[in-house]
Amino acid sequence: MFAYAIRRVLATIPVMLVVALFVFSLLYIAPGDPAAIIAGDQATPADVERIRESLGLDRPYLVRFGDWLWHILHGDLGTSIFTNLPVTHMIAQRIEPTLSLMLLTIVFSIVVAIPLGVLAAWKHGTWIDRAVMVISVLGFSVPVFVFGYLLAYVFALTLDWLPVQGFTPISDGVWPFLQGLILPTVALGLIYVALLARITRATMLDVLSQDYVRTAKAKGVGQRAVLFVHALKNAAVPIITVIGNGVALLIGGAVVTESVFAIPGLGRLTVDAILRRDYPIIQGVVLLFSVTYVLVNLVVDLLYTVFDPRIRY
Amino acid sequence: MHRRDFLKTATAGSLAAAGGLTAPRLARAADSPASSKVLRFVPQANLANLDPIWTTQYVVRNGALLIWDTLYGVNDKLEPQPQMVEGHEGSPDFKTWTFKLRDGLKFHDGAPVLSRDVIASINRWMVRDAPMGLPIKKRIDALEAVDDRTFRFRLNQPYPKMLFALGKSSTPCLFIMPERVAQADPFKQISEYIGSGPMRFKRDEWVPGSAAAFEKFAGYVPRPEPASWLSGGKRMYFDRIEWHILPDAGTASAALQNGEVDWWETPLPDLAPLLKRTPGLMVDIADPLGNIGSFRINHLYPPFSDVRARRAVQIALSQADYMGAVVGEDPALWKTLPGFFTPDTPLYTENGGDPLEGKRDYDAAKRLLAEAGYKNEPIILLVATDVAITKAQGDVTADLLKRIGMNVQYTALDWGTVGQRRAKKDPPAQGGWHIFHTWHAGADCVNPAPYTALDASGDTAWFGWPKSDMVQEQIAAWFAASDLAGEKAAVEKLNKAAMDDVVYIPTGFFKGYQAWRKNLTGIVKAPFPVFWDVKKA
Repeated sequence: MFAYAIRRVLATIPVMLVVALFVFSLLYIAPGDPAAIIAGDQATPADVERIRESLGLDRPYLVRFGDWLWHILHGDLGTSIFTNLPVTHMIAQRIEPTLSLMLLTIVFSIVVAIPLGVLAAWKHGTWIDRAVMVISVLGFSVPVFVFGYLLAYVFALTLDWLPVQGFTPISDGVWPFLQGLILPTVALGLIYVALLARITRATMLDVLSQDYVRTAKAKGVGQRAVLFVHALKNAAVPIITVIGNGVALLIGGAVVTESVFAIPGLGRLTVDAILRRDYPIIQGVVLLFSVTYVLVNLVVDLLYTVFDPRIRY
Repeated sequence: MHRRDFLKTATAGSLAAAGGLTAPRLARAADSPASSKVLRFVPQANLANLDPIWTTQYVVRNGALLIWDTLYGVNDKLEPQPQMVEGHEGSPDFKTWTFKLRDGLKFHDGAPVLSRDVIASINRWMVRDAPMGLPIKKRIDALEAVDDRTFRFRLNQPYPKMLFALGKSSTPCLFIMPERVAQADPFKQISEYIGSGPMRFKRDEWVPGSAAAFEKFAGYVPRPEPASWLSGGKRMYFDRIEWHILPDAGTASAALQNGEVDWWETPLPDLAPLLKRTPGLMVDIADPLGNIGSFRINHLYPPFSDVRARRAVQIALSQADYMGAVVGEDPALWKTLPGFFTPDTPLYTENGGDPLEGKRDYDAAKRLLAEAGYKNEPIILLVATDVAITKAQGDVTADLLKRIGMNVQYTALDWGTVGQRRAKKDPPAQGGWHIFHTWHAGADCVNPAPYTALDASGDTAWFGWPKSDMVQEQIAAWFAASDLAGEKAAVEKLNKAAMDDVVYIPTGFFKGYQAWRKNLTGIVKAPFPVFWDVKKA
């Protein structure tokens, strides 16, 4: 398995090169001009051109791409056009909020969605099953920002339990850290809960109809053991796959959630950079997200062996 | 006891009992005894950098006003007043200007502010300030330090507007930086934010897109006069000012209502009724000079290269429609504007503004278009849909053009793309454009100097490249005028000429609100947030 993991990690290198080429080319052909934004409304066309030159944006495509790639290979993601700060520094400033939000959302979603899915499958066809499905449909249907505003209205403005916005690093205290992340986690987690609950229910329904489950019941194994030891373990592989694939969903959702709750994370950094055409930041963050996604999928693949001993690498 | 306070206390107790964890910070900043010395402010936009010469964004200028001081500053009557200077001597022919700095001026690193710092700052600013800096640069024979506190301009042509130029509030303002900083290429960012103003920038706490912090500079010596906008004594009653970047209006509104921030610079008009109803909040006009909506036309290509086509739109355009779309029905926020200059300022005039008044005449507009030879060619309308003001104006324009029989091609873009595409002089069918919308800050439209949108010099003019000799003559006459009467006479004629040639079409005059918590006092109406003299109970 170790050799497999090494091979997979090495395989990410060409993937990242393709991603880099794609992202760079996309931004190159996309309309918009950071120099015009920097110069502002009062600037003359000559000023805009001078700024473009000073930023190196007038250089040919291949020169710019080669220069960028060379720096990346040396661990340098470049410097933000607008802030003049290294992109690595800006990502480092933003990674804790996003990572915290995503990890808490995954934990919250697993803790809520898997029991709900198991419950719905166990009580298949009853009102409990229908209630879980209603929650699931709502989760898919209600946009993150609508749910976010509702949560802020109820729990911050009306009840005054939690803050509306902001992020406190964990180094400033566990409760302040959690206080700022509870509403964003629930808002972002809703769609993830819906996804996981549905897939858990569907997989569990399939597993619960298998012969070995009937045999276990016939042998007198308790309901809880049937559900959580025999059935859920065998249903785990598709559920883990969805958890892994759902990371992409979380990255997208984090952009909106961070805006609604003013969390200074990578999602907001990306949106700001796109609006201003701050190319080095966009390229750096997309590369980071791509690496994350590839690594999460690697972890998911490796986890398959834990839940299904028949799988070997 | 609030449930939230209970939770805080309970959690504090349990965590303290558990031990080993960092002590939780339970009180919010609003509850802290020190918070009366901390102001939490929500600016109009992200503070992505702090070089007010390199970029002309207003939010950068507003941050820079805390960090750097200026030689002159305009007061609420738009008069330049001495700020870092003690005074000046001007020759009667307006060719020699000598200034002496105030005693005791210091930069944030403790170094004294000297003439050489001022000269380096002026040299960098002049290159980037096309409306007022470049004309000075073109006239300069010498800019020299007489001694450490005295510097002198020697010009080869008169420049009566020198004090206004040195104290202008429109971007880029002339901020005084240390010589080593100001020697940077004006087209590249500075790397140090060593200021000369009342607050010091906390670079270590700066998270672009999220937060910026400023702390009081103990070495700043305010002028003895009362403060008025950018002039007078800039007395700071806060040890610290925090800027919280909240791009989402709903979040900013909730944060203000919840006491998580103290002052919001630009609430949406839609949210004003809610904020006005909320106990503990104040809502009032932010900038008395407001803004002028702009229907910007490309003068280079048909049909708008023919003045009759431009006049066709002018006589059909209803400013009430535009203003209703931009700021809604609140009558305190808008009015029609049959002129180009900011209402309620000394040079305001409606001379020549008749085409924008009275009943709108679609039939006459259609006739003018036919006379101009318009034959249903597509009209490329660039609309920045990510900016509410431009989107609203674009929607009204699309409807207006259809009503007068034009074949409008609504091109939805983001502001970044409009910024790039409007600079193209290519024919509209080959990636160019016919129309785009923007707006001009009223502070930039009080006279012709900062008013680049009114420049009609053709190829070197602002986007749209209007050409009108009559307009240019009157702008020159204003620059040459040495008193208010002369300035008024020039602007009367300028307004009419710009209306006749339709340099651009104003879509109306509108203002915005600001909102703050009632425990703040001293907030004034101005084209920029004025932090001095603001106190928090």
